[in-house]
Amino acid sequence: MKKKFNFKILLIAFWTGLLFLPFKGIEAAAILFAVVLASLFFIKLISQHTKTSIEKIQTKILLLNKKLQFIKSKKNIFSGKILLIIFILSVPFFAKDYFLDVAVLTGIYIILAQGLNVVVGFAGLLNLGFVAFYAIGAYSYALLNSIFGLGFWSALPIAVFITTISGFILAIPALRLRGDYLAIVTLGFGEIVRLVLNNWDSVTKGPNGIGDIAGPYIFGMTINKLSHYYYLIFIFVLLSVFIIKRVYTSRIGRAWVAIREDEIASISLGINPTSYKLYAFAFGSFWAGIAGVLFSAKMRFVSPESFTFMESVLILSMVILGGLGSLRGVILGAAILVILPEMLREVQLYRMLALGSGLVLLMIFRPQGIFRPSSSHHGGKIVST
Amino acid sequence: MLTQQLINGLTLGGVYALIALGYTMVYGILELINFAHGEIYMLGAYLGIIFLAFFTALGLIAYNLPLALVLSLILSIVFCSGYGYAIEKIAYRPLRQAPRLSPLISAIGVSIFLQNYVMLTQGATDKVFPHFFEKTGIDILNTKVTYTQLLIIVISAVLMFLLHLLIKKTRIGKAMRAVSQDKTMASLVGINLDTVISITFIIGSGLAAVAGFMVAMYYGLVNYSIGYIAGIKAFTAAVLGGIGSIPGAMLGGIILGLVESLSAGYISSEYKDAYAFILLIIILLIKPSGLFGASHEEKV
Repeated sequence: MKKKFNFKILLIAFWTGLLFLPFKGIEAAAILFAVVLASLFFIKLISQHTKTSIEKIQTKILLLNKKLQFIKSKKNIFSGKILLIIFILSVPFFAKDYFLDVAVLTGIYIILAQGLNVVVGFAGLLNLGFVAFYAIGAYSYALLNSIFGLGFWSALPIAVFITTISGFILAIPALRLRGDYLAIVTLGFGEIVRLVLNNWDSVTKGPNGIGDIAGPYIFGMTINKLSHYYYLIFIFVLLSVFIIKRVYTSRIGRAWVAIREDEIASISLGINPTSYKLYAFAFGSFWAGIAGVLFSAKMRFVSPESFTFMESVLILSMVILGGLGSLRGVILGAAILVILPEMLREVQLYRMLALGSGLVLLMIFRPQGIFRPSSSHHGGKIVST
Repeated sequence: MLTQQLINGLTLGGVYALIALGYTMVYGILELINFAHGEIYMLGAYLGIIFLAFFTALGLIAYNLPLALVLSLILSIVFCSGYGYAIEKIAYRPLRQAPRLSPLISAIGVSIFLQNYVMLTQGATDKVFPHFFEKTGIDILNTKVTYTQLLIIVISAVLMFLLHLLIKKTRIGKAMRAVSQDKTMASLVGINLDTVISITFIIGSGLAAVAGFMVAMYYGLVNYSIGYIAGIKAFTAAVLGGIGSIPGAMLGGIILGLVESLSAGYISSEYKDAYAFILLIIILLIKPSGLFGASHEEKV
């Protein structure tokens, strides 16, 4: 029995080495073979001898969780939140510019991920072209500003309106499709938007992008310091969290979850799935529009390069890593996926490699993400078929 | 001009059809959009170049060119099939009972991994496929058809015919058809699901490898990012023909190739890649079941 297993490990290691042979040469393949063999052996040993101790650790974690629940129930959570907000507000007083820059980027991605979470997490509609709405928001502001000379606050509602409407327009035909067809159509939409931005030279200036976009201003004062951006984006993040939470716990949010869990049952309860899915799409694109406007106002420059399919996947990864449908999870997911690559700048080349394999591993070992959505609506099918 | 575009379209269409077959076979059996399939095609192109370089170093190319080409094609098929088999085993098999979103995300993960893996090991710049055939060809109806084009059209037609025979006449083909109709029933009558799925991935990947090799030969250049666009286009072809249907994928591929080369020739080549997407969206909206697909009834 044992000998047979060892043979299997040998086979797997040999297989891996062989597949990588043409790309890396014989030496690297041999090293890979040895590494895979050793690690598989190690895992095997560990899993044989420490099964009981893993169980012990798991029970300990559960106990710890219960204790944490106890603290939470004591309403300490409110003061905890206030402490957190005070900390976040005080960051610009001691942080370096570089840190603030990353924080601003994180904020923009949090808004984006929250928006996508509405579509994928709440309503269960897989959208692989979410970046298109981000792009529409960013370009709308850029064009309104550079052609019509509109300022930040007057262009913001128009740009967001355009984005929301475009979400609506895409959703009307697309929502007739089943789960993965919808995913492909949204992906196609994302690519079409990018191709148009790239080729419509007379308006979008093609691959060169649009520069010299005006920054936002408050009370006649133009924002150009990083700390000001930081506060501005913080306000928008707070707004997004607050509003999305309110909507999620409202009648609309519950209808979304009902449709996600069982569309047919929700129809029999009198919910019209098509219109609620439309709301989800439009509401999600609304936030993508806001994030897009903030992005182009912060960068002062937009080009099609920022809105590739990879970006859609990145935002989707944030939502999935944090936990589909979980508000705090998505915030955490966005923060991790922006900050981690920044910290790992030395191995930057490998970060996409890590993202790819990370997605596979996440799906296999923890498909529900870091935070499981609260117990009333987890466990069902995530995307409606 | 028109016949020239038609020949170009037919060449492209043959390639798309070969890739689309992989999508449609996997979808027919697992109902999974195998996002990594386009990367297998890209791997096929790279492996072809790598093995040809290897054979050049061995001196086989100078000695016997056709033998070297055939050998590197076969090696590239073998390795791509190996990749397809491994991908299914690692990334899809553990997720067979999971919600439908999970394998899709996993597939995207594999696709990102393979793209960046090739970029890291082979560089981000274009790779050149050695140029063997002169730009000569034969004249058909006053149109020059290069030997490469002819080769692509013939090889794709032969492979499609062989696949058709495999599906219709052999035991494994019968098993594949049974699994795609009803997995539970098929396993009840003694068909090993895992084996059938593995074989599906192996065949699909082999076809994609041929497509990759031939495209590399046709254009002379490959890049680590070609898999994504080609994959989406082939998927469009599969949907156009009716996903899950094998003759549909063949026809869909050829139609897509013709549409693309005609619209690039007559409308605008800047939006060359957008036509496939627009076509895809239109088909999905008007007739999601495609040309040959069975309409899918939602089960309660």
